[in-house]
Amino acid sequence: MGVVERTWSWLATGAHWSGPDGVWHRLGEHLFLTAVCLAISCAIALPVAVLLGHLGKGGALAVNISNAGRAVPTFAVLVLLLLSPLGTHGSWPTVIALVLFAIPPLLTNAYVGMREVDRDVVEAARGMGMTGRQLIARVELPLAFPLIVTGVRTAAVQVVATTTLAALPGGGGLGRIITAGFRLTDTAQVVAGAVLVAALALLVEGVLMLAERLFDPVRRRTGPVPG
Amino acid sequence: MAGQSCLISNDWICGEYLRTRGQELTDATLQHVGITLASVAIGLLVAFPLALLARRWRAAAGPVLGLTTVLYTVPSLAMFSLLVPFFGLSVSVVVTGLVLYSLTILVRNILAGLASVPEEAREAARGMGYGPVRLLFGVELPLALPALMAGLRITTVSTISLTTVGAILHYGGLGNLVYDGMHSYFKAQVLTASVLCVALAVAADLLLLLVQRLLTPWTRAGKGAV
Repeated sequence: MGVVERTWSWLATGAHWSGPDGVWHRLGEHLFLTAVCLAISCAIALPVAVLLGHLGKGGALAVNISNAGRAVPTFAVLVLLLLSPLGTHGSWPTVIALVLFAIPPLLTNAYVGMREVDRDVVEAARGMGMTGRQLIARVELPLAFPLIVTGVRTAAVQVVATTTLAALPGGGGLGRIITAGFRLTDTAQVVAGAVLVAALALLVEGVLMLAERLFDPVRRRTGPVPG
Repeated sequence: MAGQSCLISNDWICGEYLRTRGQELTDATLQHVGITLASVAIGLLVAFPLALLARRWRAAAGPVLGLTTVLYTVPSLAMFSLLVPFFGLSVSVVVTGLVLYSLTILVRNILAGLASVPEEAREAARGMGYGPVRLLFGVELPLALPALMAGLRITTVSTISLTTVGAILHYGGLGNLVYDGMHSYFKAQVLTASVLCVALAVAADLLLLLVQRLLTPWTRAGKGAV
């Protein structure tokens, strides 16, 4: 039997989906970790980026932090946190590593989005007597929305991908199916796990792209742009 | 002995580790550099024709860009695992995976670079009797270099960082040391390998920046003239 057939039969076996090592449980862990980390990193990064963007300060920091994030291997940070005193606290090392890596794209995109808002529009709003808070809520945030959501999407896909790596130091998530497959030298299981992870990443990307179209405040008010 | 004790007490920073495992660290670094160089070089060789294809035929641009973007979404652990059936447990799996990731940014930046070439420069070259090949390599490519080099820098830095995940196949360069150190709770080994990995990425970035400045002297001359 070829690898494709064996992978298919692995996925088709009900026993592989249930139990504490089953697909459903691992998928639940994966989604839970992703959601928690994304919520924490949004809560930290977005207010900072929106404020910095509104004030027009700290641009170099906001842009360079995402370049620096690229140079640091996620896997190494995961292991470093695991070996640190935090390592004994369940999934905290994973959560912290994921939050650290989700912050740069959120910060950079939200900042750039706030800065790309047409300066003339901002000036006009100021001239109409809007306060700083009104300016953020009614002008800058709606106009910066597409880029901010792009940042959230990038971060979400990255967190889904990185949660897979959490399996290497023995954390939860779908990556465990792959690492267990390697340990058992069961190629079918490795490939099945990889297919599941890749499918989840693509699914998250697709769903968020759709959400971006549906909830864009500017687009919603003006209706769909023709063509 | 003070030197010995830092290995026994499992400190994060340990000079004794550097002295006794120098060879291991050098080997891992060399493997890391080798995997990165091979991946980026092959990535460039594949990305260049793809970018030309996407530029020549508009119909090809969508699928080429779409496909390379989708590849970027696939988590690294899954990517390497999916390639195992094709190449077995070998270094080719890691290199192929890294090449596939590099395509996203390289193809985009080569296309952006070629698009930024002023039409006048093209016209002038054609008027001087340049054929399409000479036009590409003599005029368009040099003018596209800033965008291309920017892409190359991003790709190289992320490739160096992603190589560590190759440790699951034991072809992860410094990642191998992190992986083994994780299982044996060897703090000095994990920290040293991680720091080396980041240092490698920063060094590669600076080196490419230098190469870019040497290759495109006109970008600086222009700034002075204005």
